[in-house]
Amino acid sequence: MCLAIPGKILKIKGQIAKVDFNGIQKEINITMVNAKIGDYIMVHAGFAIEKMDLDRVKDIQNYLNT
Amino acid sequence: MKTEIKKLLKSIQIKAQKIGRPLRLMELCGTHSQTIAQNGIKSLMPDNIRLVSGPGCPVCVTAQKDIDIMVGLALAGIPVAVYGDAVQVPGNLMSLEEAGRKGAEVYIVYDITEAVKIAQKKPQLVFFGLGFETTTGMTAWAIKQGLMVYSAHKLFPPAMKALLANKKIKVDGFIDPGHVSVIIGVDVYCQFPIPQVVAGFEGKDVLIAIEKLLTQILNKERKVENAYQRLVKKEGNLKAQKLIQEVFKVADADWRGLGKIKKSGLKIRSKYQQQDAEVVHKKLIQKIKKEIKIKPSACQCGLVLQGLVEAKQCPLFGRSCTPDNPQGACMVSVEGSCNVEFRYVQNNK
Repeated sequence: MCLAIPGKILKIKGQIAKVDFNGIQKEINITMVNAKIGDYIMVHAGFAIEKMDLDRVKDIQNYLNT
Repeated sequence: MKTEIKKLLKSIQIKAQKIGRPLRLMELCGTHSQTIAQNGIKSLMPDNIRLVSGPGCPVCVTAQKDIDIMVGLALAGIPVAVYGDAVQVPGNLMSLEEAGRKGAEVYIVYDITEAVKIAQKKPQLVFFGLGFETTTGMTAWAIKQGLMVYSAHKLFPPAMKALLANKKIKVDGFIDPGHVSVIIGVDVYCQFPIPQVVAGFEGKDVLIAIEKLLTQILNKERKVENAYQRLVKKEGNLKAQKLIQEVFKVADADWRGLGKIKKSGLKIRSKYQQQDAEVVHKKLIQKIKKEIKIKPSACQCGLVLQGLVEAKQCPLFGRSCTPDNPQGACMVSVEGSCNVEFRYVQNNK
């Protein structure tokens, strides 16, 4: 189930990061990404699968506006 | 936003009209099927555009044999852990849920780290590793932590190849999966000569993908476009790919509906054989396989997964087969075409 939930990294301890999802905080395994505090990550079944490219978020908006 | 959606729909209308012939666009990810149903996108399409679901529901494509083996292991007294979606899939004998009711130790987990924690107290625990590239990296990580796994993991591109090779399946364009593409990237799809767009999971993501597919068809192009660039990179997630490569090797695999597909599955490398349930429980699994008695069923899940039959065309759909009493995997999983059709379409009539 590809629930698309992006969250912001608040703290990192080893492979585990404390991630904020709009006010709800959860521990997420970040083994599969090179992430640092402040990054937005996409989470799938408890694991970060990729960092969000915030500049690209605007792309979709631009496309819709053309 | 409403005007933007209207503009997209208008563009889809105009392009579909210009193309002028019936088109079938296949969404390859179960979550896309859900987005389409949730947003009523099928009802917004021009008459000549048909949206069909493909083999993108990981639980659905898991072969019956693999369910039977997991049930057999559980009934033999081995504790098993499984993602929630798979627990209700009926095996030839019974589902893992029924095995649990009969006293087998069946743990439902949301993520694999929970299974790793259970295994610290129950080292003989076997995790049912299923799904595509999105979850395989997580399983690889857990195997490295010492978790024992029965691997039914699958690779997505070989399924696309098998679909395209089947002349009965007529598809004019693919909406490529979002999170699978996060891991494997975009370039891997270039081998398929068909219009493709990688899409995100919001309603507007899917509309953009449809609009882009129509543009390609209109211009007689066959390329792969990435409409999910905020997350999907051209080369994919290299760290996850490395992890998968380290723990798994490519092998032939059985798919529900698509049958055996060469080099479409992942088995655990011999370096990690102590974590490979197929090695550790080799004799027991051989015995379970011998004892499997195929239970006849009118369930059409295998055909639904190939877009050859629509959920509501199955004789069981909505009658003896509902999400509360599923007769097949496509009705069990929340990403299964039958389940999605029942919850969002049939129930709202």
